[in-house]
Amino acid sequence: MSFLEYNVKTTPTGWRKVLYLNWGLVLLLVAVASFGFLMLYSVAGGSFDRWAEPQMERFVLGLVVMFVVAMVPIWFWRNVSALAYAVSVLLLVYVEFFGVVGMGAQRWIDLGFMRLQPSELTKITVVMVLAAYYDWLDLSKKSRPLYVLIPLVLVGIPTGLTFFQPDLGTALLILMGGGAVMFVAGVHWAYFAGVIAAGAGAVTAVFASRGTPWQLLQDYQYRRIDTFLDPTNDPLGAGYHITQSQIALGSGGWTGRGFMEGTQSRLNFLPEKHTDFIFTTLAEEFGFIGAASLLSLYLLILVFCIATALMQRDRYASLLVMGIAVAFFLYFAINMAMVMGLAPVVGVPLPLVSYGGSAMLVLMAAFGLVQSAHVHRPR
Amino acid sequence: MKRTQKDTEDSARQIGRRSLVVGGLFFGTGAVLAARMRYLQVERADDFRLLAEENRINIRLLPPARGLIFDRNGVLLAGNEQNYRVTLVREDADDVDAVLDELSRIVNLDLVALERARAEIARRPPFVPVTIADRLSWAEISAVAVNAPALPGVNPDVGLSRVYPMGGDFAHVVGYVGPVSDYYLEQTGDTDPVLQIPDFQVGRYNVEARMEQALRGRAGTKQVEVNAGGREMRELGRDPPDPGSDVQLTVDAGLQNYVEARLTGESAGAVVMDCQTGEILALASAPTFDPNLFVRGISTSAWNGLNNDPYRPLANKATQGLYPPGSTYKMIVAMAALEAGVITPEETIHCPGHMDLGDRRFHCWRRGGHGRMNMVESISQSCDVFYYELAQRVGIEAMSAMARRFGCGVRHELPLSGIAEGLAPTMEWKVQNRGAAWLVGDSLNASIGQGFVLSSPLHLAVMTARLATGRAVEPAIVRSIDGVSQLPGTAPDMGFDPRHLDVVHRGMWQVNNDGRGTAYGSRVEVAAYKIAGKTGTSQVRNISAAERAAGVLSNADLPWERRDHALYVGYAPYDNPRYACSVIVEHGGGGSAVAAPIARDILLRAQLGEVPPPEMYPVGQRRDVEEMHRRLPILREPPVPTGRIVRSQA
Repeated sequence: MSFLEYNVKTTPTGWRKVLYLNWGLVLLLVAVASFGFLMLYSVAGGSFDRWAEPQMERFVLGLVVMFVVAMVPIWFWRNVSALAYAVSVLLLVYVEFFGVVGMGAQRWIDLGFMRLQPSELTKITVVMVLAAYYDWLDLSKKSRPLYVLIPLVLVGIPTGLTFFQPDLGTALLILMGGGAVMFVAGVHWAYFAGVIAAGAGAVTAVFASRGTPWQLLQDYQYRRIDTFLDPTNDPLGAGYHITQSQIALGSGGWTGRGFMEGTQSRLNFLPEKHTDFIFTTLAEEFGFIGAASLLSLYLLILVFCIATALMQRDRYASLLVMGIAVAFFLYFAINMAMVMGLAPVVGVPLPLVSYGGSAMLVLMAAFGLVQSAHVHRPR
Repeated sequence: MKRTQKDTEDSARQIGRRSLVVGGLFFGTGAVLAARMRYLQVERADDFRLLAEENRINIRLLPPARGLIFDRNGVLLAGNEQNYRVTLVREDADDVDAVLDELSRIVNLDLVALERARAEIARRPPFVPVTIADRLSWAEISAVAVNAPALPGVNPDVGLSRVYPMGGDFAHVVGYVGPVSDYYLEQTGDTDPVLQIPDFQVGRYNVEARMEQALRGRAGTKQVEVNAGGREMRELGRDPPDPGSDVQLTVDAGLQNYVEARLTGESAGAVVMDCQTGEILALASAPTFDPNLFVRGISTSAWNGLNNDPYRPLANKATQGLYPPGSTYKMIVAMAALEAGVITPEETIHCPGHMDLGDRRFHCWRRGGHGRMNMVESISQSCDVFYYELAQRVGIEAMSAMARRFGCGVRHELPLSGIAEGLAPTMEWKVQNRGAAWLVGDSLNASIGQGFVLSSPLHLAVMTARLATGRAVEPAIVRSIDGVSQLPGTAPDMGFDPRHLDVVHRGMWQVNNDGRGTAYGSRVEVAAYKIAGKTGTSQVRNISAAERAAGVLSNADLPWERRDHALYVGYAPYDNPRYACSVIVEHGGGGSAVAAPIARDILLRAQLGEVPPPEMYPVGQRRDVEEMHRRLPILREPPVPTGRIVRSQA
């Protein structure tokens, strides 16, 4: 059964769709974003208009985007998936040549009112195009090598472009998001086993190539790996961020040092405290209780997404929602692991909490897709 | 396209299964993250809390105010003055060069210091104030304050800096402070954290250096909250510094000023002691230098000027200079001979003008000889042959033992830099140091304070004080520390036969007061202030037989550095000795002509407490003395005791 065979009469139409939105999910998103506003207010030293206010404005804009996307039937989104993918890849190519250089990487297109990071967009469009691909593909063909190769190419192009920006973190997110869709779509286990084996080989190659003329990663990326493996090696140099981040986290204790009382963030011991390291401030000021609460909210959002995916009778919708869930999961899991010293510092923001425009808008649009699937599911 | 019902069901089932696997991964990862959170925030919370505090709280040192140094009457010799300076904070000055240009239009900036400051600004973190100019006048600092809007990042500031109000008078007593250098840290092994304070000053010379521990005080601390860049955010607590102890010296600023002035133009050293208590009242070395030059680090040209001066202003001739004491040593030989019983006070010895020892002839300073003379006359007329005879009778060991009892050839422990030990030679000393046996001729030379014998003005002053009182007076220069007396008790009697001392005293009396005495010209006319002493003229060259045959050149015909040293030791008042004095004028010529008049003026100044009036002097000398006093660079207004110790907290 496919969309066209739905009994459209049972699907809400017009403004009634608003009632069928997943309001629980909306509430969760607002709760998570509120953590962000609170922390942005705190790390700005009690200044509301420095980071918290623009972030709120963008979140409201994000909510509007989410509602608009949610109102549009999911089958429309399936039909434009390939186009969205193509546009985002073209933008990636564009920034490769004309992008604004920041933080040692070419990432942005300056749109005037905001800075667009095409790589952020790509995380979602890759999921969309793969979901559409598996919706189109005959079930029996999904594990045939040729039909496995096609999605690999679809994932590989933006991954490669992002990787050479160079933005290792986002490249990995795109790759893993695409892989997750393929996995959920039912591609044979053996391929994933093969990929894991190849991954292990690649890691070996990355380390082996260090110092040779054909070295695969930038020097700064190698240094990040070094300091990840042993931050105490260089506590005032490259390992400084990780060490200070862990001190901030740990000093929070059970209940934290109190709102706006975190000395580590207040006195600038934390790097990028309003973006990638905002979770550290949260953990410092609100302690284990605050940090665990945020983690629980994130996991709850994932539960809502999985439930939405399982309610679908349509491959596109299910795969899309699962892909978005995985992308979202990767965001916060990698960020938290990074600030807690479980993963290298790769520059991944904390979704909906870190200060930043394009990541927030893209995420809200993605949740709009989840909402659209939820609203337009068969009943 | 259409999909069969079965396909849809299969697809949904498969997606469901795989979604649950993915969901399991989500929660597995979530559990790992939560466990890590728990580990960091609950199990290791205390460790990290401690690290966060260490990050946050920084201890800053507060410099203590250095102890003050006073003279015996409370005149300030070394104080701390408010030092107005201008500092620059780089991050507050948008354009450092523009600000410095603007600043140089307002105050006179030293180009070398400016370059140093620029380098410092570039090196330090942007929020650290760097001193651009210091020792500014009140007018200059006011100008900077008024122009503050045009000078972003420039701050007028005030700190404490050492100052020596008496200038060069006390360079050779008080010494000076200077910045802490790496060399200093290495030499002293001093690890006091206070030394890490930028621009901290430590004693480098004389009392400032040797009493450093008392004067320095203890650093205070303040705990400040700092940010990651090290900038102070707020003060959390403060432990104020303990200022250094105040030190009162035994010297008299007025007398010291007079002595330094009286020595002006010579290369000379002089010491005045209280011969009852051993307190040093004046300790002068000429030429002197301004210790204030050293406080901020002396310029190369000023340093070269001091260092290349043939009169060696940096050397302290009173304590570091060693000279053959010449005839001033004869009292020691006389006392040794009397005590050994090899001569009686009345015994006479004939002086033909020379003494032959083997094939060597030892001359008396008077070519024709003194004829028969007793011991009193031998001192007053300074007969050399008399002492050649005594030296043969008593021997070098007894002479040098006596010299050490009188404090010669002994290092006197005073808080001054590089005090010389001197030399009262023994037979063994010569074997060890010259690799040759002691000869009788060496004893003869030693008996008139020549040859190997070496003394400083300090040695001779101690000797004179002990001769005058017969007691083992020890020199002292520190009177009290923070009001606690540092003076020793009454010195013990040296155990001499009073008749022996009396012989020496009468001899020294005649030196100044008998018509045939060598320093009769330097007598005092007023009975209550009469002085007794002994002249000395020590050769710095050997007079060859050929030169003697051709006629010994007079000092005036010799280049300065080959002329004789002029010496004088004496005490006053004669009948109740109070002040002992020694004077050495390097290459000054004869002791009676050069050193004795200086010593007389000094002893009069010490007794009177003011510039000696003409009535003290023989009639024929009064006009010259008056004229000399008019020309001397002495303070017309006596130095005023501060009385109250004024301190400002840093």
